[in-house]
Amino acid sequence: MIWLGIDTSHTPLAVSIVKDDQVLAEYKSSLKITHSIGAMPAIEELLKKAEIEPHEIDAIAVAKGPGSYTGVRIGVTIGKTLAWTLNIPIVSVSSLQVLAGNAPYFPGIVCSIMDARRSNVFAGVYENGQVVKESHMSLVDLLKMLDESGNPVLFVGMDVKIHWEQIKEVLRDKVHQANAAFSLPSAAVLIELAKEQKATEAHTTVPKYLRVTEAEANWMKEQKKNGHE
Amino acid sequence: MKKDQYILGIETSCDETAASIVKNGHEIISNVVSSQIESHKRFGGVVPEVASRHHVEQITIVIEEALNQANMTPKDLDAVAVTEGPGLVGALLIGINAAKAFAFANGLPLVGVHHIAGHIYANALVQPMEFPLLALVVSGGHTELVLMKEDGQFELIGETRDDAAGEAYDKVARVLNLPYPGGPHIDRLANESDGAVPFPRAWLEEGSYDFSFSGLKSAVINYQHNAEQRGEEINPNHLAAGFQQSVIEVLTTKTLRAAREFNVKQVIAAGGVAANKGLRKVLEETFEKENIPFYVPPISLCTDNAAMIAAAGNSKFSAGKTGDMSMNGRPGLELNSWN
Repeated sequence: MIWLGIDTSHTPLAVSIVKDDQVLAEYKSSLKITHSIGAMPAIEELLKKAEIEPHEIDAIAVAKGPGSYTGVRIGVTIGKTLAWTLNIPIVSVSSLQVLAGNAPYFPGIVCSIMDARRSNVFAGVYENGQVVKESHMSLVDLLKMLDESGNPVLFVGMDVKIHWEQIKEVLRDKVHQANAAFSLPSAAVLIELAKEQKATEAHTTVPKYLRVTEAEANWMKEQKKNGHE
Repeated sequence: MKKDQYILGIETSCDETAASIVKNGHEIISNVVSSQIESHKRFGGVVPEVASRHHVEQITIVIEEALNQANMTPKDLDAVAVTEGPGLVGALLIGINAAKAFAFANGLPLVGVHHIAGHIYANALVQPMEFPLLALVVSGGHTELVLMKEDGQFELIGETRDDAAGEAYDKVARVLNLPYPGGPHIDRLANESDGAVPFPRAWLEEGSYDFSFSGLKSAVINYQHNAEQRGEEINPNHLAAGFQQSVIEVLTTKTLRAAREFNVKQVIAAGGVAANKGLRKVLEETFEKENIPFYVPPISLCTDNAAMIAAAGNSKFSAGKTGDMSMNGRPGLELNSWN
C-alpha cells in the first residue's frame, strides 16, 4: 500500500511517500517558497526518485488546515484532484494534529500552534493522543486554559518562538519547547495519522479553516443586527 | 490527415469555477460553469477569499462533469489548459493546482493561458478567426484593444488608465441602488429610456487608443449628489442611458479608428461587458456601415468560461508552448504572443 502525504498548510512544505510500514522518501522545508511553485515539483521529484508512477499510489493524506488560507487550499486542491482522478481514497488530517504528532511520547499536554496575527493563534491541544481542543483563539485565552490544567505542556511548531516569552511568562517551569528538528510538520507523521482516520469523498474534501472570512463575519453580524431591530 | 486535438480547459480567475473540453480549438464538446454569483450578491461584489473557498469546493466536481458530458476519460485528452492570470491570485491558484495535479496524474502536457487571450479566442468557437484582427476586450477587470496580426500574436494598442468599463458599470449601478452585478440592469434601464443625461466623453490625447472611465464615474456620482442636495428626484433611466451612451461612444469610436488604421479583416468584441445589448447593437451597426465583419460571441461565451481557455490553449499547445509543475498564479500576467 503506497501513501502520498502532502502538507502545505503553513510556511513549511512537507511531502512524503510511505509504502506499507516504510517511509520511502520525505521532503521537508521551511523555505519561503510559494507552495504553488514548490509543492507539485516536490511531489513529482519524490515519486520519480522512488520510481513510483502516479497510478501506483493507493491513498492520499493531506493536511486540511488550519493555517494560511491559500496554503491550505493548495495542498487540499492537489490532494483531492489526485484522489479523484486516480480514483483512490483521500484522508484529510488536522494540520495542528500533524504538528503535535512530532511529539507522540510526551507525558503531558502537547500544544501545537500557528500564528494567526493580532495576538491570535490556531492552537491544537492534545493529551494522551486525544484532541482536547482545536481552535482559533487569543494566545492569552490559550495560556490561561493550559495554566489552569496544571499539567506540563510541550509547545510544537515553528511559530512558537514568536510567542515564547509570553508563553514562558504564564506557564513558567511547566512548559517546554520542542527543538528545531521537531518544529516542522512531517508528511510521514501525517500519513501515519491518516491511517487511523476515515477517508472522505474527494469531491467533498475541503479545508478546515477554523475561521470564517471577514466579509462573512461582518455579513452575519449585520444579519443579526437587522434581525433584532 | 491530422489527428483531432482535445483540450481540457480550466478557469477559476474570478467567481466562476469552469471546465470544458474543446476539439481542435473550435468545437465545444462540453462546457461546465459553476457560478458563485448568488454567494457574492450579499456582499455587493466578489470577495476574493470567499471566491477561493468556493473554487476548492467545486473544482473536481466541475472537471468531472466536463468529462462526463463529453463522455470522455483523461486518456482521450491531448493537453490541459488553465488560466494562469490575470485574476484574483487565490482563485487562480485553485484552477492551476488542480490542472497541475490532473495533468501530472494522467501524464498530460500543461498549458498556461492568459485570461484575455481566452476571451479573444472565445470567438474561434463561433467562426474562424481571420487576421489581422482587432479585439475589443471589455469586462469587469479589463478594457483593452488588442491587435492580432497572426494566430497567437498579440499587440496591446490601448487599455484603460483607471477603471475597467465593467467596474464603472458596477459603481454606477451602486449609485442607482441596482442589485449586483449592475451591468445588465443599467443596460436594461438605458434601453427603456426616452432621454439621456449628457455626460462627458474621455477621449484622452489625440490619437490615443487608451480609455478612462473614472471621470465619467465621478460625473455620474456628482450628478446624483447635486440632485440630492437640491431635493430633486433623478430619472434613473436617463442617468443610465447617459452613462451608457458615453461608454459606448468612446469604445466604438476608438475601435473603429483602430480598425481603419490597421486595416483589419475582422473586429471582435469579447469579455463580460460584450454581453451588453446596447454596446453590441452600436458596434454591429458601425461595422456593418464600415463593411468590416464584426463578431461577438453568444453571451454564455462572453462571460468567464473554460471553453475559451481551451480554445486559446489549443493554439498555444499547437505552437509547442507548454508549462511545468512549478506554474504559479500570476495576477498581473502580461498578454504575450506565443507565435
